[in-house]
Amino acid sequence: MRENFEPLIVAFCCHYCAYTAADLAGTMRLSYPPNVRIIRVPCTGKVDVLFLLKAFEEGADGVYVAGCLEGDCHFLKGNLRAKKRVALAKRILEEVGLGGERLEMYNMSAAMGPRFAEVAREMTEKIRKLGPSPIKKMPRAGSKGSGENKILDQVVNY
Amino acid sequence: MIIAEGKPIKEILAMIEPFDKIIVAGCKGCVTVCSAGGEKEVGILAAALRLARNTQGRSLETKEVTLERQCDTEYLEPMREYADQYQAILSLACGAGIQFVAEKFRHHPVLPGVNTQFIGVTEEQGVWTERCQACGQCVLDLTGGICPISRCSKSLLNGPCGGSKNGQCEVDPEVACGWQLIYDRLQELGQLDKLEVIIPVKDWSKSRDGGPRRRVREDLRI
Repeated sequence: MRENFEPLIVAFCCHYCAYTAADLAGTMRLSYPPNVRIIRVPCTGKVDVLFLLKAFEEGADGVYVAGCLEGDCHFLKGNLRAKKRVALAKRILEEVGLGGERLEMYNMSAAMGPRFAEVAREMTEKIRKLGPSPIKKMPRAGSKGSGENKILDQVVNY
Repeated sequence: MIIAEGKPIKEILAMIEPFDKIIVAGCKGCVTVCSAGGEKEVGILAAALRLARNTQGRSLETKEVTLERQCDTEYLEPMREYADQYQAILSLACGAGIQFVAEKFRHHPVLPGVNTQFIGVTEEQGVWTERCQACGQCVLDLTGGICPISRCSKSLLNGPCGGSKNGQCEVDPEVACGWQLIYDRLQELGQLDKLEVIIPVKDWSKSRDGGPRRRVREDLRI
């Protein structure tokens, strides 16, 4: 089971930089692991701590947030807000026993197709070594009700 | 507003140890404004608690709700509908709200998810500082709108102590000397003569020291 563990990685990518870099990686025909599921956001500043925690609740083994280079955020400071929220979420993940290393923040410009592929590879390998997330998918009895995370459900269960 | 701070997750986990089904109740009042117990914080805390339980091999069912306020009976009633399906209520409201929930839901253990700290203001986004200690005898007219009880570390009433240095307090060098602030403000207002009005010995019985307080408006009682 452990030998063929394929991590499930969710990547929140900002439209202006990271998502465009991903697109460039595709255009350049660069190869990167299919384990990475991209969620495009207008800016990483849109990413809330709650999204990051819920991604793990829904079964992600690793999550990363990819935004513009610091100082170059299309919305000026969105990526700085994301940086702080990722730091907080990492602390929470440590406290709940998941480990903060499963969540990372990366910065790249829209031209950095190869960097996007490199990050995808790096994160996939790191999570592969860490092993599957200790979270066992629970029946969705808890929170506000199922259907709340339709989009995340589709991404995670692809 | 009342400023509170979320308790450490480990402390909350210990509190909810015996329970598998809890309500996580936030408040849209003060704790929302100081980002300690509003809808966002309820969501994040509930998710964190569910994750923690999952890693322990146990489950936790949470009902996330954020009430208008927890200090008024009418606003607590909506919980009545589903409260019996849950074993405990983890409240993120201020101490007053948490206690009121406990009073109105007598069959549920009610647990505090935050530490209530002080009455304060938002100095900037993410920074809240103390301004009032509810002493029950406001003298702000004599001190240029700056409170000697809450902003002087020693709550002195008639001027600074000998430890005031370069406008900072000897108790904590990061803290401004309340009386320096008062002096500067009265000077700005051209009211330095107010300093010559001696504020008499404080009647602390009007404050917390007199026991739990009560205020009544007879004209409003039905």
